[in-house]
Amino acid sequence: MTRLYTCNLHVHTCLSPCGDLDMHPSAVVEEAVLQHLDIIAVCDHNTSGNVRYVQKAAEGSGLTVIPGMEVTTREEVHVIALFESVEQLESLQEIVYEHLSGLNDEKAFGMQVLVNEIGEVEGFNERLLIGATDISLETLVEKVHESGGLAVAAHIDRPSFSVLSQLGFVPGHVPFDALEISARLPFDQARSRFPELAGYTFITSSDAHFVHDIGKTCIRMNLEEPSFPEIRLAFEKKKGRYVLE
Amino acid sequence: MENNHTRKTQEMTLQTLIDELGLKCKCCWEKLGNEIEGGYAGDLLSDVMGNSKKGDIWVTRQVHLNIVAVASLKEHAGIVIVQGASPDKDTIEKAQKEGIPIMVSDLPEFELVGKIYHLMHHAQ
Repeated sequence: MTRLYTCNLHVHTCLSPCGDLDMHPSAVVEEAVLQHLDIIAVCDHNTSGNVRYVQKAAEGSGLTVIPGMEVTTREEVHVIALFESVEQLESLQEIVYEHLSGLNDEKAFGMQVLVNEIGEVEGFNERLLIGATDISLETLVEKVHESGGLAVAAHIDRPSFSVLSQLGFVPGHVPFDALEISARLPFDQARSRFPELAGYTFITSSDAHFVHDIGKTCIRMNLEEPSFPEIRLAFEKKKGRYVLE
Repeated sequence: MENNHTRKTQEMTLQTLIDELGLKCKCCWEKLGNEIEGGYAGDLLSDVMGNSKKGDIWVTRQVHLNIVAVASLKEHAGIVIVQGASPDKDTIEKAQKEGIPIMVSDLPEFELVGKIYHLMHHAQ
């Protein structure tokens, strides 16, 4: 039996320099539950450090937390990587850190706080998470797939850090599993604006950096259960699973 | 971004740039006689698609395969990649196939653009 699940597959936490400090794991979970979300994916910039804490905070809440990361390629394209397990995410994390240089400047970019499931500060990430890796788009998508993940081109309609702004068009040979459109563009407008991308699955999300954005611009996916393999099927439009537009 | 387009005042080819500025050509040597009509600098391909013109020499730090398609679409005279960056192998292969000369320079984008601009407008 399948049914529609409400999902936001692009949520930041206070570990992203641009993420609001109120976006600590239990607050993210609380708001997601309040907004009747079934699934969220935690996607901080180039880091996975708060994912485990959000998962712990969600234990017993009924909310499914998908491990994810928003990686910046060397072309400065943002790509959302989604995984079934934190271990898979952490294997990508190793690669990303190997290819990400520089240290954060809190005054310029914001704090990068690791916070556990009960709101205690566990530490600060000192890397320049806002920076770009030197991994090419092609290689990144390949690495995400090798680690068992799904690769989604982030907010393709945005004028910065999107595959369209950086590269002019979606390179046909890069096997994206889905394309994300931003909160400002409804599905029907996105479809008429990008007829050449008709073959791709679209998702939309609020790219939440603030608590009040978590419940905005979600997608509804027809799934059998709120799990990663089901999301994959929905992206592939297989076995009756799909993203509702 | 909108103001970084320039049109030349002197006749100039890609070979002139190579001779004067020490650029290294990576492909399409047979096209170094391409005449340069103007120039454009930019790393956002959406911007370059929107604002560059036919016959431009395009100066960029972007090395992705898509630069070839953009240069081909806009009928650029050629591409110069700056800051000592190396274009990907598939970028070169595609450029060779599409007939888009790619040259590289060790100079930063700002300096190279300044030199090209000077050559275009002050060459004797």
